[in-house]
Amino acid sequence: MAEANLTDDGIHIEGLRKRYGAGDTAVDALKDVNMRVAPGEVIGLVGPSGSGKTTLLKCLGAVIEPSAGRMTLGGEVIYDGAWKTKDLRALRRDRIGFVFQAPYLIPFLDVTDNVALLPMLSGCPNAEARQRALELLGALDVAHRAGAQPSQLSGGEQQRVSIARALANQPPVILADEPTAPLDSERALAVMRILNQMASQYRTAIIVVTHDEKIIPTFKRIYHIRDGKTYEEAGEGRAIDG
Amino acid sequence: MISLAGRDILHSWSKFVFTGIGLGLLIGVTLSMAGVYRGMVDDAKALLDNSGADLWVVQKDTLGPYAESSSLRDDIYRDLLGLPGVARAANVTYLSMQVRQGGSDKGADVRAMVVGVVPGQPGEPGYLVAGRQITHDHYEAVADVKTGFALGEVIRIRRHDYTVVGLTRRMVSSGGDPMVFVSLKDGQEAQFLKDNEAILSDRARTAANPSLNRPGVPGLLDAIQASQASNHNVNAVLVRVATGDDPETVAREIRRWKHLQAYTRAQMEEILVSKLIQTSAKQIAMFLVILAIVSAAIVAFIIYTMTLGKIREIAVLKLIGTRDRSIAGMILQQALGLGFIGFAVGKIAATLWVPIFPKYVLLTPEDSLRGFVAVMLICAIASTLAIHAAIKVDPATAIGG
Repeated sequence: MAEANLTDDGIHIEGLRKRYGAGDTAVDALKDVNMRVAPGEVIGLVGPSGSGKTTLLKCLGAVIEPSAGRMTLGGEVIYDGAWKTKDLRALRRDRIGFVFQAPYLIPFLDVTDNVALLPMLSGCPNAEARQRALELLGALDVAHRAGAQPSQLSGGEQQRVSIARALANQPPVILADEPTAPLDSERALAVMRILNQMASQYRTAIIVVTHDEKIIPTFKRIYHIRDGKTYEEAGEGRAIDG
Repeated sequence: MISLAGRDILHSWSKFVFTGIGLGLLIGVTLSMAGVYRGMVDDAKALLDNSGADLWVVQKDTLGPYAESSSLRDDIYRDLLGLPGVARAANVTYLSMQVRQGGSDKGADVRAMVVGVVPGQPGEPGYLVAGRQITHDHYEAVADVKTGFALGEVIRIRRHDYTVVGLTRRMVSSGGDPMVFVSLKDGQEAQFLKDNEAILSDRARTAANPSLNRPGVPGLLDAIQASQASNHNVNAVLVRVATGDDPETVAREIRRWKHLQAYTRAQMEEILVSKLIQTSAKQIAMFLVILAIVSAAIVAFIIYTMTLGKIREIAVLKLIGTRDRSIAGMILQQALGLGFIGFAVGKIAATLWVPIFPKYVLLTPEDSLRGFVAVMLICAIASTLAIHAAIKVDPATAIGG
């Protein structure tokens, strides 16, 4: 894995707050979140249920608006008290990759088109988008299933395709929401190995939200989130065999 | 860009095809209903075309002979022939009744319109598909093939047997009943002849009346009884106008000088289409409206249910940057695809089952085109509910749950 390079590239969050509701019923889901993830780095975000992990991910994913703070993704300030762009959809499409707990592949598209869809949505010609998809599928060792339907893949294969989809537009940031939850130890570690490889290869900053005890030792840095605040701690950074 | 709708339809083609078949059968019924109306109008026009007349002369103050009963003396046609512009004039009688097959009281009966015509004059069938026209004054008939009668078959009208000597096609009443042509004399007899018991009763009653059976006037009673037993009425006189003469002008002359009602082709068409089948047309229109609403509801329900089944995928699509209009386009295209499949199935089904309808059902290309546009429009409108649901999907639901 590449050495962490804590510059303004990657992910940089300062004093992020999110309040739901107003007045007596207001709830502060995020109170003071500060994070830095360097390009090529994979960090873990852990915390108990209700601690604010999902809210943070939604703020980072530009699907809900924070209440205050500053967020920089890939060197571009996207939020500083207000969104810096009106087209959040394009921001998500071009600068953020998503990996979900379940792969959520589009069931009516084959593997290649599931991956190629994102570049196509960005205006990339179909042939070029498919070529890029095939390269990614090759890098993730699922090129042999390129023409298959998602329902024909195993759980591990589906998750690798969803990682390929997240990387399809070569975003500076990937947000992974419990990507190993449904997998056994071997497959969970395989997914983490792939994420680390991809982060290194594409200089992508990756945040992995997880509860999974199997993969927590693999992170070099971990952010704990409790009561809407983040606390950084060094991880074991255990090497993943294979 | 990939066609998301096309891929979804290909992926779950069986669901679309089976749903399309169900919808298609409904559309087939709708097209058939429209065809029933067109058939009624076409029957009415065929009736007018086949009569070979330019004018219909009927009893004054009636809409006869098809929409109302009309009775004229059968010598009026001679007066009409004397009018300027009248090239030919012929008596005709019309009577809807049950015609018994096989010449016995036990045979199956067929609902038909018995038409009394003068051979070679307006009113007789314009063409035959088998056999010959009527040549004798009595007991010969020419039948429309829809009666099911065969050439040479004996049929019974009232109490007389007739031999079918010719077969014709598309000769129907305005109600769609096939026609059976007989000679005018037979037609008059079928329409006005009393049964034997009634004749005997009338004779006895007349003989018992001292004012009609005067001792000092020999032959009076016989003359009165002969008059009562015979019939010299017809329902209409069909007039062919001389080449170059205006039918409306001739009709005006007949109305003015003969104290009769005369209708031109356009007026008669108006009576048949706008008055005679008006209630039926409204009835069919109501069915069409209801079927359109039911079809729209079904399409809306199906597309809405299909969309709800893809809420998670739609959330993911929105999260990764798919525009709302692409998602709306996907749902709209699926609705239109369903409508297209439904229309194709409906058109094929209607074409297959229309020939077995007892009455004439006319499927016109214009109605099919209108139906196609209506189906597409209904599907587009019906998809708005599902599009609304999809647009409301929050992309945040793809994260965390």
